[in-house]
Parts: sequence; C-alpha cells; structure tokens
Amino acid sequence: MARLLLTLVLTLFLSLPAAAQEAPQAPEPDRSATGGAPTLEDILRRQRGEEVSNDYRRDSTTDAQTTPQAAPALGPLGGASDSEVWRDLRFNQADVKVSSRGPADRVLVQDAGMWWLQLRQGPLATYGGWLLLATLGLLALFLLLRGRIRIDGQKTGRTVTRFQPVERFAHWLMAGSFILLALTGLITLFGRPGLIPVMGKEAYATLAQGSKWVHNNVAWAFMLGLVMAFVLWVVHNIPDKTDLKWLAQGGGLFSKGKHPPAKKFNAGQKIIFWLVVLLGVSVSASGLSLLFPFELPMFAKTFAAINETGLPQALGYGALPEQLAPHEEMQYAQLWHAIVAFVMMAVILAHIYLGSIGMEGAFDAMGSGEVEEQWAREHHSLWLEKLQEEGEAPPRRGTASPAE
Amino acid sequence: MKSMYAAFAAIVVITVAAWFTLNELGMSSGERATGPAVRLGDGEG
Repeated sequence: MARLLLTLVLTLFLSLPAAAQEAPQAPEPDRSATGGAPTLEDILRRQRGEEVSNDYRRDSTTDAQTTPQAAPALGPLGGASDSEVWRDLRFNQADVKVSSRGPADRVLVQDAGMWWLQLRQGPLATYGGWLLLATLGLLALFLLLRGRIRIDGQKTGRTVTRFQPVERFAHWLMAGSFILLALTGLITLFGRPGLIPVMGKEAYATLAQGSKWVHNNVAWAFMLGLVMAFVLWVVHNIPDKTDLKWLAQGGGLFSKGKHPPAKKFNAGQKIIFWLVVLLGVSVSASGLSLLFPFELPMFAKTFAAINETGLPQALGYGALPEQLAPHEEMQYAQLWHAIVAFVMMAVILAHIYLGSIGMEGAFDAMGSGEVEEQWAREHHSLWLEKLQEEGEAPPRRGTASPAE
Repeated sequence: MKSMYAAFAAIVVITVAAWFTLNELGMSSGERATGPAVRLGDGEG
C-alpha cells in the first residue's frame, strides 16, 4: 500500500514536467509537398509557441554511410549539410570528440534546457513560495484561534526524562543542518529575482557562492542525523491502534482539556517521522546526484520503473522518457530536490511551531531532555505509565512506592 | 542544552571535514571534468 502510494506521488510529481511540455496540439499540417520536412505552417506554429513534432528532424541526421566529400572552396562541410550536422548535435547522434573527460562533455547541444529553466523560475518558485507562506499563515491563524496549548492540569514540579542526550544530539544534528540547507537552498532559488534587486549583483555573488559551499557540505551532517534519528526512533514509530484514537480526536489539538492517550510518539509525531524519513531519503538521493554531477543518474531508471506500473499511461500522461541526456538527469534531479525540499520545509515549519511557541513544555523535551510530569501525562500518557511501571519515572501521585 | 550545542559544533566539523576530504579525493568539479589535454588557467597560454 505504502509502495503504491509512493508510486502515485512519484508519478504525479514527476509527470508535471512532462505534462508541462505537452501543450495542446493542433492537427498535423500536410507535409506531402516537402516530403515530410517542416513546412511554413510548422515554422509559424513554432513562432506562436505551439508544440511542433521534431520527428522528421530527429530522423534526418547525417547518414553514417555517407563519407563527406573533400571540402570545396567556401564549403567547409563538403558533402554534408550544416543542417544535418546541427541535427546530429541536437539529437546526440554526432560523433563528438572532446579533450575533457566528463560524462556530459560530448553533449554540445542540450535540447531540453528551456522547459526546465522556465519550470524552475516559474511554477516551482511560485508554488513553492506560496506553500511556505500559506503554511506560515495557517500556523499564525491556528495560534490566533487556539492560542498556545497550555498544560491543563496542576504542574507537579517533577520531571521525567523524555529524550536521552544521544537522541537530542541526533535531532539537533538533523534540525540544525536542515535549517541551514533550507535557507541556502531558498537563497539559491530566489536569489536572482529576490535578492539581486535588494543587495546588488556583487554582494549576491558572494552570498550565492557561500550558500553553495554551505549547502554542499552541510548536507553530510543532515544525512548522518537522518540515519541516527531513524535508527534511534523507528521502533517507537510503528503505527498501532492507539494512533487511530489519537487521530479520531484530532490529537486534542483543536479543543482544550482533551488529551487522547499516546505512547512515546503520538500519531502526529509518527506522521512527521515517516515524512522526514521518506522525504529525507529522497532529497538526499537527488542531492547526491546533484553533488556528483552526471555520475549518479537515477531518473531514467526511475521513469522506466514507473512506466512498468502503467500508471503514467493510465493517467493520460503517456510513458515517461526513459532516454535522458546527462543534463536532463541533472534537471530532473534539481526539480525533484526542490519539490521535496519545499514539502519538507512546510512540514518542518509546523513541527517547529508545535515544538516551541505552539505548546507549553514541548521544547524542554529536546532542550534539556526533561519534561514536566503533568505535560507527559497529558500528551504521552501511555508512555508515562510504562516509565512508571519500569521505575524510570516518579510513581503516580497518591500511590506509594515500596521504597516509601 | 549541551546536546544541542554539541550537535551544532558537529555540523561545523562535519561540514569542514566533508569539504576537505572531497577536495583531497579529487572530487572538485575542476578535477573531475578536466584532463591533461585541457588547459585551464595554467598561465602558459
């Protein structure tokens, strides 16, 4: 089920670019007069921004069997036409020899750059920015309507240990690095339209270079924190039936004095945990692909796997492209990296809110590691009872322990 | 709060170590994408 859901999300997200390319197509013009070659109507349609089939040009590259004639005067290419050479380059059919050794160096013309650039600067930045603003707006509204979630009962003055030092270390390793990654990522995406007008090109160039350095190298701390958090907490985040009760009552978030029982992590925290793990792995994978350019391509294989499910075809997108130029792999990696990062930022904003100003006593869990006993009783009652049974928390008031 | 400060210090250490190690391993884009036949800023041109 989870796999199916993941596939669906992947398909929907990954098919956005493909869908963006598929502008409504008018009926194909009659090309019989040109033998199938582009006609004046094709040129006019392209100038109007309409989609024009490249099939004829893709198939009209230099015939490998034809040896170019010796170049006549003023004719640099001899028997081969310029058009064919350019088509060879455009559709990666040319036998390009280069001195550099990068895997993408033989690609001299990259045919799929514009849709990526337009998507990155347009919908990606726009919808991503609005997602973050909307999240902040909703949290502000929630604070306005609900107020800070206070500890309802009488405070005991006693504390219980919520998180051990190693757990807090893992959390802050991941949290600190994520905030740095988010800020530097936003600087990179929004710098040209948002920061250059404010600070000028020279200052932004320095900032962008620093951001890139921080982003590339801090990433390792995030990945280490992610692995640590997963190992430490996965046992406590297996869904169970108490989560259904918690969710049915909205976690008590929307009504005062309501505290559904929860173990060490409630259903909301479990959702955040699994989102952070799944999205964190995904953003790390695409990030590694970007960190080692052209060396870790993963989208052609991913698209092939998704096509195998038949889902994109069933949704009407057609098969996703399985032959990608090295640069296209990087473009898909960048888009996916940013989309996942935006979703993560929205989730983490909500997490930061509830862990700080949104709930009294919550920050202590990750600050000192010690939480007020009454807080634990209200928000994680089953966990507190277990600690008390194991003698790791003060016994419930009114019940004398054997030692007393 | 010691764990939090220790984690922030670890971020700094890991970040610098990652940068240093990757450069030592020859993973800079300059080294990965060029070869002996490519002259980049060698001052001999």
